Amino acid sequence: MRYAMAIDTKKCVGCSDCVVACQTENDVPIGYCRDWVVEVMDGTYPQLEMEIRSERCNHCENSPCVRCCPTGASHYGEGGIVLVTENKCIGCSACITSCPYDARFVHPKGYVDKCTFCLHRVKKGLQPACVAVCPTKCMYFGDLDDPRSEVSEILKKRKHKTLIPEAGTKPQLYFLI
Amino acid sequence: MREEIIVSGRNNPLIDPQLHIWHWEIPTYLFLGGLAAGLLFFAALYYLRGKESEYSTAVKIAPMLAPIALVLGLIALFLDLHHKLYFWRLYTTIKLESPMSWGAWTLMLVTPLSMLWCALHIKELFPKWDWKFDIIKDVLAFFEKQKIVLAWIMLISSAILGIYTGILFSAFNARPLWNTSILGPLFLASGLSAGSAITIWLSKNHDERKRFAQLDLMIIGVELFLIVHMFMGFLASSQVQIEAANLFLGGPYTAPFWIFVVILGMIVPAILEILELRKFKIPVVIPVVLVLFGSLMLRFIIAYAGQASRWLY
Repeated sequence: MRYAMAIDTKKCVGCSDCVVACQTENDVPIGYCRDWVVEVMDGTYPQLEMEIRSERCNHCENSPCVRCCPTGASHYGEGGIVLVTENKCIGCSACITSCPYDARFVHPKGYVDKCTFCLHRVKKGLQPACVAVCPTKCMYFGDLDDPRSEVSEILKKRKHKTLIPEAGTKPQLYFLI
Repeated sequence: MREEIIVSGRNNPLIDPQLHIWHWEIPTYLFLGGLAAGLLFFAALYYLRGKESEYSTAVKIAPMLAPIALVLGLIALFLDLHHKLYFWRLYTTIKLESPMSWGAWTLMLVTPLSMLWCALHIKELFPKWDWKFDIIKDVLAFFEKQKIVLAWIMLISSAILGIYTGILFSAFNARPLWNTSILGPLFLASGLSAGSAITIWLSKNHDERKRFAQLDLMIIGVELFLIVHMFMGFLASSQVQIEAANLFLGGPYTAPFWIFVVILGMIVPAILEILELRKFKIPVVIPVVLVLFGSLMLRFIIAYAGQASRWLY
């Protein structure tokens, strides 16, 4: 099993509903976020292009955060989801420093926190909170090893990219372009 | 003009607008760890070369500072942890892929070893020292017989500690400025330089001071070579590393790096040491303090600038 998420940059309107849903679902402390929206304006005037992306932990297959964690608190969970065990984390911040996506932060309680793909919901057969609330239905989540899953189907059909593939982390967050 | 404007909704504390997760604690610890590594390396080296009485400061007296530096460094490291009460978790796991795990276990070996080395030589500094308990005397007598083995372990483990202080940074692919294998040898050299500077300072023996001044000169030469090498590597690499190097080549860290680290921390003390070797009267404290200052600044500037370097997307 290999969980992945695909986000349609053509359909995302940047409403930040995913951000609020995540904060509510995961009790994210005020002032922090596990997912966020990025707007990229690119080109030469007047030929400009804008891309809107909802970003979060990339749940890399070759995660530098898991590799550098000195206590094993950062680890691969079910379906390759990258997780942090709270009471194993010493808050040394090595994983934060090692993440090219800057997807992690220090929770006010001291341990490092980040997106979990809402594993607690996924285990119950639900979609991650961000996917469930998206008003434009621009997010797809599922098992890449299952050719009939929503995410596998859409990645077969559409052109896509990952962020900073050259960092060699094999991200599992895909952006449809 | 082609432009890319990125607006991010993320504003996590210590992450945005720029990563600022490691503050003074880490570079301070890396300096103290490197200094201790330098002191212990020379103590072991000159003991093994049979120069115990000739270079008695290096072998017996200067290493007294090593456990103090290591303990202070460990306190700094502890202060850096956000989840402090779980620090012991470092010692319930061995993770070969994690430089920090390597460092934790190396320190677990080096710190008691440095204390043992001091215990074996404390009478040099305090002739009336008495351990009071026979058991301590027996243990020390045992290690006194094993001193060659002890020195070998210390030589190797202090070199690992010195290299680790740099590898800790260079293992992070996510920060292009740190992601160079030069940092390991560069920080080792910087630690050795700081160690030899302390020995010059403490020594009252003219020959020993001369030898360590020569050593320090050689090490400074190696450091300068490594710094040039580092920039050549960056400039011949990918765009992110070129931009990382530019932080020091015209960017915001240019003045502090070249003035504090290279000129004041390496070139000026090297010139002063050359003059001293040529029999000019130079107060020894000046080059020594400059070398220590340069070694500390190297860690601070690399730590802060590294967090300002990033991948672009």
